Amino acid sequence: MNPFSFVRANSPKAAIDAVSKGDNSRFIAGGTNLLDLMKNGVMQPEKLVDINNLPLKDIQLSKDKLHIGALALNSTVAADNQVKAQFPLLSQALLAGASQQLRNMATVGGNMMQRTRCSYFYDTAMPCNKRQPGSGCGAIGGVNRMHAIFGASDKCIAVHPSDMCVALVALDATVLVTGPKGERKIPFADFHRLPGDTPEKDNNLGKGELITAVEIPNNPYTKNIYYLKVRDRASYAFALVSVAAALELDGNVIKSARLAMGGVAHKPWRLAAAEQSLIGKTATEENFRVAATVAMENAKAYEHNSFKLQLAPNSIVTALLKATSV
Amino acid sequence: MSQDHSEKQSEQKEFHETRRGFLKQSTAMMALALTPPIVLKAAEKDEAIAALFEKVPVSMEINGKKQQLSVEPRTTLLDLLREQLALTGTKKGCDHGQCGACTVHINGMRVNSCLTLAVMQEGKKITTIEGLANGEELHPMQQAFIKHDGFQCGYCTPGQIMSAVACIREGHANSPEEIREFMSGNICRCGAYDNIVSAVLEVKQGGQKV
Repeated sequence: MNPFSFVRANSPKAAIDAVSKGDNSRFIAGGTNLLDLMKNGVMQPEKLVDINNLPLKDIQLSKDKLHIGALALNSTVAADNQVKAQFPLLSQALLAGASQQLRNMATVGGNMMQRTRCSYFYDTAMPCNKRQPGSGCGAIGGVNRMHAIFGASDKCIAVHPSDMCVALVALDATVLVTGPKGERKIPFADFHRLPGDTPEKDNNLGKGELITAVEIPNNPYTKNIYYLKVRDRASYAFALVSVAAALELDGNVIKSARLAMGGVAHKPWRLAAAEQSLIGKTATEENFRVAATVAMENAKAYEHNSFKLQLAPNSIVTALLKATSV
Repeated sequence: MSQDHSEKQSEQKEFHETRRGFLKQSTAMMALALTPPIVLKAAEKDEAIAALFEKVPVSMEINGKKQQLSVEPRTTLLDLLREQLALTGTKKGCDHGQCGACTVHINGMRVNSCLTLAVMQEGKKITTIEGLANGEELHPMQQAFIKHDGFQCGYCTPGQIMSAVACIREGHANSPEEIREFMSGNICRCGAYDNIVSAVLEVKQGGQKV
């Protein structure tokens, strides 16, 4: 690991000031992804600002929303009784990610900030427009089994690795941010970006901006939910495809639905058109198959990931069937 | 002849010196070429470069013993334990959070010590495999691993045991399936998984305090 200077911040303002001053300074919370990237030379910050002392760990349920501090641990949120009762989709998604050791370190804000696990991004001997803009994309024309089928560009076909974020985008979360220019709220769906011509930008945070919390509006998705993660081994692996499914049922009729996918795009991928197609329909495999077909419009595969064109719709149907049958 | 000899020596000496000088110079240049941009930039100011390598004070409790330490910011908790404190029971496997061999407890929670910095542990209580036994009496999980043959080469074992103790404390050891899921962050390349699950299950079902 390259040497760097280290400071502990005791207030959000001090943290923001410290990161805003340097050209290449980073916040560090759990550090589970950042330190891994630093060991590989993928990221080489000159200064780390430790934000773990900031009072941003609270989990509070009010009458209209759940507030989760950015420094709440992934394992704490997953095991929280209010989360399990009112937002079980989030708990399931969190438990599908990483290992208990990593969830004990990783924070909610850090989970959102994690970088892609594209092997070309990680290998500094390879071209990667995300790591080194203008160097080309090794994955297009390379080994691209894990890569995107939605929203990719000719600059980057990497996918976002998070499970938690798939649940948060499905549940209409909002990201609370504070920075040099004050506080603002970002709808979760607008937080992460598609690669376009600037794949080096994973998200829409400005310089020095710090995530302080995530808020989820109360919702009726407490029972008929399922987080399906399809991966190369039974546990502790990144998703080939994952699906967050939530249904509001009146008898067997779907009043509303929430659907999102992971492992398919540069950002957690909300399936709004597929959700719409389910409203007013009965919860049957046939109708789920129609929604899955809607979801797959505009999907585009590369040499090694064409299996996702079948795996993704099948996973949507399976997740919806599981959500219905609980 | 003696003059010849002396000239030859002188030539040799000159050549030798020149060669040594060249080697020195080229080594220095090589070092410069291999120095990451961050260090070169910092080198513009001596103070800045000194600051980068400066050790930072940090205090923590390790296996019940309070320690006042001094570490470079880039030192991971794992490297502090192994390299500075000679607590080599905690193993370095992948060094990237993928294998679990480095699992320790921080304030009672299991973590990968390879993916956290030592300077981030100010005021924390760390428990390693060395701190698990009660004097000469093995921890019940250590005894169970021996009884069930929960290892072959033994390299992953300290991490497995630290993870297994936490797994029970968390309440995640209620069935073989749950144990397998919540122990999935600990890889055993010998494949002792069945016996590890048996060991964890026995300790859990024995109801002993772990």
